[in-house]
Amino acid sequence: MANESLGIVETKYFTFAEAPGELQLESGEKLGPITIAYETYGKLNKDKSNAVLITHAFSGDAHAAGYHEGDDKPGWWDGMIGPGKGFDTDKYYVICSNVIGGCNGTTGPSSINPETGKPYGLDFPLISINDMVNVQKKLIEHLKIEKLLTVSGGSMGGMQALSWLTKHPEKIKSAIIIASAIKHSPQQIAFDEVGRVSIISDPAWNNGEYYGKEAPARGLALARMVGHITYMSDKSMMEKFGRRIRNVKERHKFNTGFEIENYLHYRGSNFVNRFDANSYLYITKAIDCYDASEGKNLSEILHGIKAKVMILAFKSDWLYPKYQAKEIIKACKVAGIDTTSCEIESTYGHDAFLLEIKEETQLIKHFLEKVVQAGE
Amino acid sequence: MLRYIREIEFQTICDYIKEGSSVLDLGCGDCELLHRLIKDKNIKAQGIEINEKEIYKCVQKGVSVLHEDIEYGLSEYKDKSFDYIVLQQSLSEVVKQPDKVIQESLRVGRKVIISFSNFAHYSSRVQIFLKGRTPITPSLPYSWYDTPNLHFLSLSDFIRYCRERKIKIEKKTYLGTKRKAYLFPNFCALVGIFMISQD
Repeated sequence: MANESLGIVETKYFTFAEAPGELQLESGEKLGPITIAYETYGKLNKDKSNAVLITHAFSGDAHAAGYHEGDDKPGWWDGMIGPGKGFDTDKYYVICSNVIGGCNGTTGPSSINPETGKPYGLDFPLISINDMVNVQKKLIEHLKIEKLLTVSGGSMGGMQALSWLTKHPEKIKSAIIIASAIKHSPQQIAFDEVGRVSIISDPAWNNGEYYGKEAPARGLALARMVGHITYMSDKSMMEKFGRRIRNVKERHKFNTGFEIENYLHYRGSNFVNRFDANSYLYITKAIDCYDASEGKNLSEILHGIKAKVMILAFKSDWLYPKYQAKEIIKACKVAGIDTTSCEIESTYGHDAFLLEIKEETQLIKHFLEKVVQAGE
Repeated sequence: MLRYIREIEFQTICDYIKEGSSVLDLGCGDCELLHRLIKDKNIKAQGIEINEKEIYKCVQKGVSVLHEDIEYGLSEYKDKSFDYIVLQQSLSEVVKQPDKVIQESLRVGRKVIISFSNFAHYSSRVQIFLKGRTPITPSLPYSWYDTPNLHFLSLSDFIRYCRERKIKIEKKTYLGTKRKAYLFPNFCALVGIFMISQD
């Protein structure tokens, strides 16, 4: 089959870490029970050797591919996952789950705290990228998979792939790290902080206690507007919007109706309908605090790891610039890891990892074939 | 003609390399040589290539490749990371600072295999001497305005360089138009292949 859609897919749920077996988080706190929302595509083979874990980026969710009943838009990486696609569901069993701290089915600050019967809000403990991965590991164990063929994701998803590689190398045969970094730079932290302050400054945020009341929509929308600027490039904005002007409904002195303005407003207000402001705070904090090297040289941590690694970056991505991919590549080289890298020509900026499907397909498809052939 | 020379050049390099060793090919292009070495000699292969289009071809062949500049890519490796470093036509075509890259290759690899086209082949000499033109030969088949070559060197130049730098030439093969060139190689050979090392 060639490049067909998966058709209708469904989100599934798995609950674990019920008292007294709560999950120990990196912060030292315990959390449970935890529900994890996930989707699977394709079939697990007899020896369970064809499982692929897709890790989502900041605002992603478990719905990576196919269509939910009644939806007209497919999952967030539909171009990459399906029969005959890069992650070929005729060959591989593809799993994608929502991260802990998220707001799309997996336990997060908007979930009900069993102790109080009310949403956690700020009582939810701080979570980390490694915690996200530990939760995924529980899911993989639940699915009775010993070893993943690969873990692959872009941006924050790339950090999770890196976390699998450094923390659970014996559980994966390969990792595909896309448009990502060992750790956030001050510039990346700065953009995230603007987003967080924007939410916290919204009076409706109310110290995180807004569930059942008015949500901090203005703060969350503004945070998302800033985010979208960082996901594009100067060139992609020029190509997509130029200085074109559209008619605007609410005309006031400063609303000239530049298309880029309308786009950001639309993206901002749209985001409010699908994302929780507290999840925004928790997840961006987890990204900012992540450091795969743990203050050491990443190469020391990677030393002796057998997994094969593919690292992809994009030319116009200024949010996760080339040098960050190079730092991961360097660590892999020094550690003697079998590594493949490509800096893909693209004008899309950071968004490229969701859009440059043709190039990613070509690289990932053959890389996976090689991993399969390499055996144990 | 060029194709024929390349074939013999590949075969010679393959013969130099021991079964099961690790090989880093600098400027690996579409990874044809590494792919062949994996099949014939069961080597652990790593390529470095700057051209994005070639990267897709390498990955398609199942060869591990890094999309990097040779000079930059080499310096990051630890000492003696590979059994062999290969510079197949890369020294003259893509390397900006040959001396630096040779020294770095000798640091990162136990042995370094270098092949390049001989600029002192008799047809070059005739073209310069009689016609006063920049030579075009079977192994250097390019006009001055669209040549990939940055450096032009002869077999004698390279041997002299090795002597000056106290680099040991372990093996060498000279290729003529139809066969290996044994007599007056700097005059008769189109391509030189050297395996060098340094203590």
